[in-house]
Amino acid sequence: MAELYRLTAVKKIYGDRVALNIASLTVEGGEILAIVGPSGAGKSTLLRLLNFLEPPSSGQLWFAGEAAPVQPPLTLLRRVTTVFQRPLLLNRSVRGNVAYGLQLRGERGEGQVEAALNRVGLTDFADRPARALSGGEMQRVALARALVLNPDVLLLDEPTANLDPYNVGLIETIVRNQNETQQTTVVMVTHNIFQARRLAHRTGLLLNGELVELASTADFFERPRDPRAAAFVKGEMAY
Amino acid sequence: MFADLFPIVFLSLYVSGVALAVAAVVGIPIGAAMALRPLPGQRLVDLIVYTGMGLPPVVVGLAVYLLLSRSGPLGILNWLFTPPAMIAAQTIIALPLVIGLTMSAVQGVDPALRLQVRALGATPAQVMWTVLAEAKLGVMAAIVAAFGGIISEVGAVMLVGGNIEGSTRVLTTAIVLETRKGNFELALALGGVLLVLAFVSNFLLLRLPGRRAN
Repeated sequence: MAELYRLTAVKKIYGDRVALNIASLTVEGGEILAIVGPSGAGKSTLLRLLNFLEPPSSGQLWFAGEAAPVQPPLTLLRRVTTVFQRPLLLNRSVRGNVAYGLQLRGERGEGQVEAALNRVGLTDFADRPARALSGGEMQRVALARALVLNPDVLLLDEPTANLDPYNVGLIETIVRNQNETQQTTVVMVTHNIFQARRLAHRTGLLLNGELVELASTADFFERPRDPRAAAFVKGEMAY
Repeated sequence: MFADLFPIVFLSLYVSGVALAVAAVVGIPIGAAMALRPLPGQRLVDLIVYTGMGLPPVVVGLAVYLLLSRSGPLGILNWLFTPPAMIAAQTIIALPLVIGLTMSAVQGVDPALRLQVRALGATPAQVMWTVLAEAKLGVMAAIVAAFGGIISEVGAVMLVGGNIEGSTRVLTTAIVLETRKGNFELALALGGVLLVLAFVSNFLLLRLPGRRAN
């Protein structure tokens, strides 16, 4: 697998608070990387950087072998998208939401929209107002809205927090399928270590903005090197 | 009598309609930009806009009068006592209303949604358009409030228009005149026409596409 992202000495500072301080991190193309850690560890900040929504305060972010500029061009931005913890749907129909990203790109893509709706099992809901759906359905709309763009990188920010097991399973299956069939690189942050274990090829632990452990998922859970990671995996870390 | 009334009604709609259109085209993007990208000193700007929302029309009229008077800086335009002067004054009255109410409508849209929209690949202009679409009920309220403010004001159009029959007489200035002349029945009838006009205009505005939000 080729290296897709490289972060070297990346810091993100808000005011006088260091939200993120990563000495080194690479994301391989086509992998599913899970970043676990307690709330406030900097997980969401990391995703905003990876989506080029904010530049790092210092250090360098590389994407596909090139240094990401502070003002990334639209073509670069549009290779990556994020599904957030809250579905953040627009006040329009389910179909309108799924078609939104394509509209931004000046594409109609009707077949793609219908296919994406079908993948998340919401074909029958296409003409309903999106915000009238249940939480799990809304998050599936958000996922379809991202997948229809067929991004190179799919960033997931706690995508299944607060969802019922049925929707969690559905969403995990769709993400795994997207990764396997389209080789979409997935970076997901979660405080659910079981989800990381189920989905990810590699898992990292972020604590207070620092990446204290990063290993294959098997090693991360069976043979964690860092004592804090061991405590986190065993559920002994109070957070 | 109705034949005399028609040009007055038409001029009222024309002056306030054009002023509203200018204020909307200029004010909606400004209000959205002020909500989306607060500048340093934004609170002072907000304060000025909110104060502008309560500007007494007669004071605006006075300022525009002085600007447009023969010896004023814009006297060369020769607009005083013509409909363009009335449109200018009403635009100034409507603009802070459109800006201020658009600003608060856009501020009411979840900031996280803006981040999501950017993450889906929106350009800054597309972000603004999307957020305005999300805030459309509030933006419609801004337009309706601004229209209500200017179709019913009398101080500014009286000062800069002069209430000249067949040229700058609008409904509100006609009401003042007829009241002064003691023609209370006609004045009341004109008032009724004004109310009906405002009602129908708002009805049409609210039926514009986009009202059917969920």
